[in-house]
Amino acid sequence: MLIKKNSDIKPSEITDEKHYQQRRHFIQSGLGLSAAAALPGLWLPASAQAKTEKLQGVKKSPFSTKQKPTSFEDITTYNNFYEFGTSKSDPAQYAHTLKTEPWSVTVSGEAAKPGTYHLEDIMKDSTLEERIYRFRCVEAWSMVIPWVGIPLATILKRFEPTSKAKFVEFTTLYDPEQMPGQKRNVLNWPYVEGFRIDEAMHPLAIMAVGLYGKVLPNQNGAPLRLMLPWKYGFKNIKSIVKIRFTEKMPQTTWNIAGPREYGFYANVNPNVDHPRWSQARERVIGTGNLFAKRQQTKLFNGYEDQVAELYSGMDLKKYF
Amino acid sequence: MASAKPLILTKVLVFILAALPFLYLLYAILKQPGLLGANPAEYLTHQTGSWSLRFILITLAVSPLRQLTGLVTLIKFRRMLGLFAFFYVTLHLLVYIFIDLGRDWGHLVEDILERPFMTIGFLAWLLLIPLAVTSNRYMMRRMGKRWKKLHRLVYVIGTLACIHFIWLVKKDLQEPLIYTAIFVGLMLFRLPPGFFRKRIQT
Repeated sequence: MLIKKNSDIKPSEITDEKHYQQRRHFIQSGLGLSAAAALPGLWLPASAQAKTEKLQGVKKSPFSTKQKPTSFEDITTYNNFYEFGTSKSDPAQYAHTLKTEPWSVTVSGEAAKPGTYHLEDIMKDSTLEERIYRFRCVEAWSMVIPWVGIPLATILKRFEPTSKAKFVEFTTLYDPEQMPGQKRNVLNWPYVEGFRIDEAMHPLAIMAVGLYGKVLPNQNGAPLRLMLPWKYGFKNIKSIVKIRFTEKMPQTTWNIAGPREYGFYANVNPNVDHPRWSQARERVIGTGNLFAKRQQTKLFNGYEDQVAELYSGMDLKKYF
Repeated sequence: MASAKPLILTKVLVFILAALPFLYLLYAILKQPGLLGANPAEYLTHQTGSWSLRFILITLAVSPLRQLTGLVTLIKFRRMLGLFAFFYVTLHLLVYIFIDLGRDWGHLVEDILERPFMTIGFLAWLLLIPLAVTSNRYMMRRMGKRWKKLHRLVYVIGTLACIHFIWLVKKDLQEPLIYTAIFVGLMLFRLPPGFFRKRIQT
């Protein structure tokens, strides 16, 4: 913990944090806008666009479901993002303290091009796609979410993983000042998630940077988060600052917290119950009907045709 | 009977206060569904569950409070508070069955039998029934000393309620542990004096 000492500077001499941020934002948004004019249709830093502004040139995707998306309101006010508190309403309330710009990601491990990359460099020359995916939380509720992102494989290939890269590990930002939920040891911070490299390279896996055609709100994991829609929500790590390619299976946060309850794979599976509750059915968020019945959960969250191959021959009850 | 009138007024006031959480939820359901958030089933289950536990603790706090303050009249509110606890636990169960579970009877049986935290919660509700039934003055008189013995079941019920809460949370134990700490405190108060050390003789 940081112990603050009294300094000789008078409070009146210090630029108020809010004003400092505003100035900073003003300067950056000016720079961002000129870039926006030069590169239409490509991803731009959040500073280039007001958070409410549409991302430009987003392509539709055949991977999108035809189901009706959950409302923007529900998607952005009902979140599990323990870095901002353990209540579902905490992220929407507290995530404004997260500074998503500038943002960089450190790449390490079994790759030919490790290093620290600015978000702009990671995203450059990629076409944004809208992917409307089903989302299934391990707590047995579900949504349909119109993400905007790019295939994860496109990003990972930039770093040229070597043949030793059997797994890839992602880490969330650790900064208790920006993420006040990290001041309590609810989880083993920082949040870490991992995947087999073939899972991460699957065409359904995306790095999401937007929601409903707009820049991703902080409470949804800005500025970049994963989305592998056949897995339980907690696998889809948010606000990523590290990517590491490894030969060994990474230790992941929820698996450390409860090895019997949260497996490394965490594929949506109605036949494998959480030890304390059933995974057979799910509560659909936003039906507007208080007495709506739960919906049957599908194997791999309904993406069985696309991803079952990844797990052929594996005992899904053992590798849950 | 000079104090009868203020007592009745106070009782009415306490009744209204105790009913407020229920009235708020009812208002939200009927007039302002937005207040229930994105997952109304979960919200209603959690709210009725929290108020159940709060009323169990409030009821258990009556005796210690009376001893600490010397206000003998406090005991006259205990029955009402206890019945409110039973009311909220019943509501909690009904919300779970009719809203969260969606009247899916097959899974109701499965849940209660196979999920230990549910079994415990259901058991706590069952144990509350005889207490509610025998809470009236007639039964108190008829049962005599056995009444007090029977109503000590609330200690078991409080324990089950705390375990139920601890067991159901995903990871963050802070809230259930706060309730449990209060419960343990109220139970410690009931230990005979000098339980931990010999009484100082004068």
